[in-house]
Amino acid sequence: MNRNIIISTGFHFVIIMITTLSLPFLLKTPIDLPPIISVELIQISDKTSIPFAPKAKKIIEKIKKEKAERVVSEQAPPKKIKKEKPDAVPLPNEKIEKVKKIKEKKQNPEKIETEIKQVSEFEKKELFDPNNIAALIDKSKENFTETNKTTNKVTQSQDRNIEHSGLSLNEEDALKAQIFGCWSIPLGLPYNENLLVRIKLQLKPDGTVVKFEILDHARMNSPGQGFYKVLAESALRAIRLCQPLRVPTTGYERWKDLQLNFDAREMLEG
Amino acid sequence: MKFLKILTILLLIQFKAYALIEVDITRGNLSPLPVAVSPLSSDKKSITEFEKILNVKDLGSEISIIVENNLRQSGLFNPLEKDAFLQKPDIAHFKPRFEDWKLIKAQALITGKVEIIDEKLRVEFRLWDVLAAKEMLAIAFTTVPTNWRRVGHIITDKVYERLTGEKGYFDTRLIYVSEEGPKTKRIKKLAIMDQDGFNLKYLTLGNELVLTPRFNPTNQMVTYLSYFRNLPRVYLLDIETGMQEVVGDFAGMTFAPRFSPDGKKIIMSFAKDGNSDIYTMDLENRVVERITNHPSIDTSPSYSPDGKYICFNSDRSGYQQIYVMKSDGSSVKRISFGNGIYGTPVWSPRGDLIAFTKLHKGKFYIGVMRTDGKGERLLTENFYQEAPSWSPNGRVLVFYRETKTDDKGEGFSAKLWSIDLTGYNERQVPTKTDASDPSWSSLLSN
Repeated sequence: MNRNIIISTGFHFVIIMITTLSLPFLLKTPIDLPPIISVELIQISDKTSIPFAPKAKKIIEKIKKEKAERVVSEQAPPKKIKKEKPDAVPLPNEKIEKVKKIKEKKQNPEKIETEIKQVSEFEKKELFDPNNIAALIDKSKENFTETNKTTNKVTQSQDRNIEHSGLSLNEEDALKAQIFGCWSIPLGLPYNENLLVRIKLQLKPDGTVVKFEILDHARMNSPGQGFYKVLAESALRAIRLCQPLRVPTTGYERWKDLQLNFDAREMLEG
Repeated sequence: MKFLKILTILLLIQFKAYALIEVDITRGNLSPLPVAVSPLSSDKKSITEFEKILNVKDLGSEISIIVENNLRQSGLFNPLEKDAFLQKPDIAHFKPRFEDWKLIKAQALITGKVEIIDEKLRVEFRLWDVLAAKEMLAIAFTTVPTNWRRVGHIITDKVYERLTGEKGYFDTRLIYVSEEGPKTKRIKKLAIMDQDGFNLKYLTLGNELVLTPRFNPTNQMVTYLSYFRNLPRVYLLDIETGMQEVVGDFAGMTFAPRFSPDGKKIIMSFAKDGNSDIYTMDLENRVVERITNHPSIDTSPSYSPDGKYICFNSDRSGYQQIYVMKSDGSSVKRISFGNGIYGTPVWSPRGDLIAFTKLHKGKFYIGVMRTDGKGERLLTENFYQEAPSWSPNGRVLVFYRETKTDDKGEGFSAKLWSIDLTGYNERQVPTKTDASDPSWSSLLSN
């Protein structure tokens, strides 16, 4: 009997010991889990919609109140224009060249050949360009160069006063894709002549063309410039056919004057 | 002091300005331009005259159909269905309602009027830019009524030139060898027709074998090769008068005669003692000049449009390849280096390209390369095809293609085909019989 009691006690002791040793969490401090934060997925729009923190809100309201008491005239221009300033950050020349190379690659004439399929006029507006997929991806790096390309043309002193806010790559590509579909290139033009038609547009906020001006208008009626005239006319037809142009919904002041440079050499070389 | 203060303040003020945004448009679509070709209007009196003189009921419609077909064949235009037109031809010619034409997606509009005045056909037509709502071209001309098909071609040429920037090629003719009968007993006749297949005429009776007819680029003269007593002879034929003459009797074999760009010389290859070289003959004094002197076989010479260079075919490298030399035979340079055998080089009237036939791995190709041999592009591939000839504007090539007529590969059919420089617009040229060796004339009217 005693023997059984001793065995049972010993057995229980062993079980208690194993249980104690095999439950390490009893020895450790509990894991410090971070508090759960609920995340709301929102669509990013041009204007931020994040509410002010209560404390900050109070301070801003206080300042506004003070300003309203003091200022009688119009308020300052909207701040969102200033927010677009980072686009103008200059890049080193090396980077510009690199991005230019990428751009050239994108316009590879070999790729264009695949497009030389006869498409009905009625499908033209819905033309999907597989070569443009890459261009639709927002590459901020390329965007910087685009902006820089235009800013390089002005002097340093002018540069300070110019608001560098060109079209973003997405905006530019949307516009390009629209015009690509509308521009029927006159295939009889020689590919080895320098034919560049520059057209300056004045646009309404909805993209309708108010006024256009061919920058080298004198060439239109010059003798021996028949090819230029044909190209310029085709470019004007494209603009008329495309309007209203696919322009950004915001920042009208930026793009109300726009210059389109029509160059068909790449396509004509085939 | 006050002035300085104001100046300082002005300098400190930041004037905001925006840089002009520039967007480069380097690509467009290559789909055909939608064009509306309104039937040419006519008055009642003229309609009666058309029926009486030409036995054609509605000449205005017929001419507009010619224009439509030509534009469609070019591959660059898409003539719209006439059923969709909202405006009557006579009113459209006077003042088009551009909104109506925009509605049917037309970008250009052709209107016109045709009438008989003093037994002559008077035609006027206008080309309108529908989107800009303005007239682009207005031309009127008179001709003999029997030329009514040419009227359609001339209108097309003018429209084509105004919209594409290069000369047209519609008011032209094709000369070719018409073939009939089994392959062992083939009857070959010289035939000429408009580029669209109409107005066919046979120039020889078919008693003798005829080969390689070529147009003189400056007039309506043709040179061709014909066998007389089993010996080839080079002939000259005036299409207008039907007069024919033998250029010369040569002791050996002559091949592939072709005119110089000024039409004053003939260049050909001439075989003697198993060696073929290139010669020219002055058509005024019949003086023959040897251009190449090489133990290899030199054939198929063709002048550049300025007459300064000649491209030709030679096997001097071991295989048949294309060479270019100065017109006096100096500075010979090989330009074709691709795989396969190259033949029948023809210099483009624009001067920028050389068309050729290429044989590679049992297939025949028609292609083009630049005059330095770079930028080779094969436009079309088939079982058997050769002899390309350029349209006068250097945009389209006509050639002949032989196809098997049954699954066993027995029998064959030779037809004329055309292809443009894009390589996408390939079409069969309608001929009544089998056809080979085509040659494209220059524009009949300039």
